[in-house]
Amino acid sequence: MSEPLLDVIGLEKRYAVRSGVFRHRDLVAADDVSLTLSAGETLALVGESGSGKSTVGRCILRLEAPSGGCVRLDGTDITELEESDVRRLRPEMQMVYQEPLESLNPRHRVGKLVAEPLVLHGIVGKTEVRNRVVELFQLVGLGEEHVDRYAHALSGGQQQRVGIARALATNPKLLILDEPTSALDVSVEAQILNLLRDLQRRLRLAYLFISHDLAVVSMLADRVAVMYLGQIVETGPTRDVLSNSFHPYTRALVSATPVDHPRQKKLRIALTGEPASPIDPPAHCRLVPRCPYAEPVCSAVAAELLPIDSCRSTRCVRFQQEHCDGIWDPGGDVPIQDTVIRSTESEVNELKLND
Amino acid sequence: MRAVPATGHGGGRASLEPDIAVLDQDPPAGGTDVLRINDLRVEFRFPRYSVEVLAGIDLSVGSGEIVGIVGESGSGKSVTALSIVGLLQRPGFVTGGRIDFAGTDLLEVGADEMRAIRGNRISMIFQNPRASLNPVFSVGKVLREVLRVHSGLRGGAATARAVELLADVGLFDPNAVLRRYPHQLSGGMAQRVMIALALASSPQLLLADEPTTALDVTIQYQIIQLLSRLRQERNLAQIVITHNLGVIAELCDRVAVMYAGTILEEAPVERIFDAPRHPYTQGLLAARARTELTGRLESIPGQVPDMRNRPPGCPFSPRCPHAGDVCRTANPAMEAVEPRHRVACHRWTELA
Ligand SMILES: Nc1ncnc2c1ncn2[C@@H]1O[C@H](COP(=O)(O)OP(=O)(O)OP(=O)(O)O)[C@@H](O)[C@H]1O
Ligand SMILES: [Mg+2]
Repeated sequence: MSEPLLDVIGLEKRYAVRSGVFRHRDLVAADDVSLTLSAGETLALVGESGSGKSTVGRCILRLEAPSGGCVRLDGTDITELEESDVRRLRPEMQMVYQEPLESLNPRHRVGKLVAEPLVLHGIVGKTEVRNRVVELFQLVGLGEEHVDRYAHALSGGQQQRVGIARALATNPKLLILDEPTSALDVSVEAQILNLLRDLQRRLRLAYLFISHDLAVVSMLADRVAVMYLGQIVETGPTRDVLSNSFHPYTRALVSATPVDHPRQKKLRIALTGEPASPIDPPAHCRLVPRCPYAEPVCSAVAAELLPIDSCRSTRCVRFQQEHCDGIWDPGGDVPIQDTVIRSTESEVNELKLND
Repeated sequence: MRAVPATGHGGGRASLEPDIAVLDQDPPAGGTDVLRINDLRVEFRFPRYSVEVLAGIDLSVGSGEIVGIVGESGSGKSVTALSIVGLLQRPGFVTGGRIDFAGTDLLEVGADEMRAIRGNRISMIFQNPRASLNPVFSVGKVLREVLRVHSGLRGGAATARAVELLADVGLFDPNAVLRRYPHQLSGGMAQRVMIALALASSPQLLLADEPTTALDVTIQYQIIQLLSRLRQERNLAQIVITHNLGVIAELCDRVAVMYAGTILEEAPVERIFDAPRHPYTQGLLAARARTELTGRLESIPGQVPDMRNRPPGCPFSPRCPHAGDVCRTANPAMEAVEPRHRVACHRWTELA
């Protein structure tokens, strides 16, 4: 395999927070994050709010300086670069945001917003700008009549198309998509997801797709990296990770994702409580206080992300110690949540652990 | 648990318009409906124009039943809920219809009586629970105040009941939660507190407007379970508003699909997923990303109509792949597909 377009190694981002008068403590937003991404490929970064997904995205774009680790784009270590050199690399990587309206300046016509990066980075000559803007609009499925409108006069889906056109203006190789459809309605979300697929095929774009929605992820991503409290806890091909998860947190996420159909039966795993504080996290597994499979060993040794086979890895200590052929049966009395019981047909689902 | 009085709606029946008469066939009038909305109309009035945002809504909720309202942004879901509890703000006006609740038309009662009903017998929770809690009061203070007003409980008795309620909604350390302020609660905890507040008066009906939209998926599932348990244990009737068909599939008994201020289809949840009749419902189901799916989604072309220029005829006709001439001129009436399944589409029999 050729060199990946993006190679992130041991990325770390800490924020100093004050506690008390003298003590400073570290809020660890991203810790030991490693990932790779090739041209034409989509990697989903999955996790819940506060898990560090967006922090990783911002550090890769150097919108924030990482506290440690390195980010290589096309073989160049961009963590070592001066601010001015970073600016030269900016066109290569662009971001699409969750709230299309918030990321578009309301005082300018949307055509001007798409023209800005063209002019700023000298992508085309002055006389060519308008033509290129219209081309970009067509690329994302917007007619020329939209070029001279203001963002608030567009629907949410159209605003997000403008956001994508703007991101594509500099001919980037990598798009970081931060929950690009979570503010959109179902029917419009499908339009945007299809658009992203088509654009990827045509332009061989690499996508880092940040999302908490496993249904959307399974539609778009080739591989996933699941994050919990700043760390990647599991990586692998999307289908494998979602259908046979190696980490209890991934299992819990899959299990909490709503069913596709009212009659669908689903394994439900109880994850009690809420995530622990990201301040001064322990070296051992961070899921321990909530994990139904936790045993003393989980709090005794450091949890590291280790490869299980050629394409999958997990940070679960028990899995690493007990699995065999990639199948792990934790056994024991694992509390499994009852499925929701309907008043009309109070059916109790048959639940099996490894089905 | 208070007994639910049968709704008495005898007299008004005969004068109802023909398309609503279909309603009479099922469920039988005077059953165990907790709430029954007939032809609800709401208008927003601005200096230069007004917009009809609810164009005649019919919906009922049986005791112990969870009815889901699903629809895209701006379709009128929240306005429907706010109208029920009398919280619709100017420039919004209810311009017609009835909302029967326990024998009273909620649209006819005065402000004081409405406030009493709202606190006592109908409760509502919202999408952003932290924003709905007053930041300067602790959870305990708010909860004890609600208990004092609604149940006359004071002092130790109020605190004991408050702890009981917080435990009942699944909060681990209720005594500690009592001392907390809204900013010290996570989103999931705040939503549980809101539900505890909503339950303080033992209501017969809970309105939940996007109760899980702001929450993470593992927390969303906990709240879904909690609402489901309340149906089970307290026979609590609920209207759950969401744009998430997965939440509908998990939680609801019956579903109303809203579009541009009208209900286009209504049926038991399994019917909606198994045999949707309205092209919009079919489109929605096909458009959503699903975990077992890869490849392109079938998206619905176009976008939701601007309510100021509502298209003539069926509101979905500009986006509908099956729209014919009649769809673009005449508004379709609600028709019964089978006893509990209704659809407003001119062509549903042809398309079935
Ligand atoms: N205060 C208001 N002033 C003017 N128009 C309003 C107001 N509140 C609601 N509307 C309009 O009423 C219609 C229905 O809005 P509503 O909030 O009920 O939609 P919804 O289905 O709840 O949407 P969402 O999914 O975005 O919450 C929309 O066209 C909206 O623009
Ligand atoms: Mg709403």
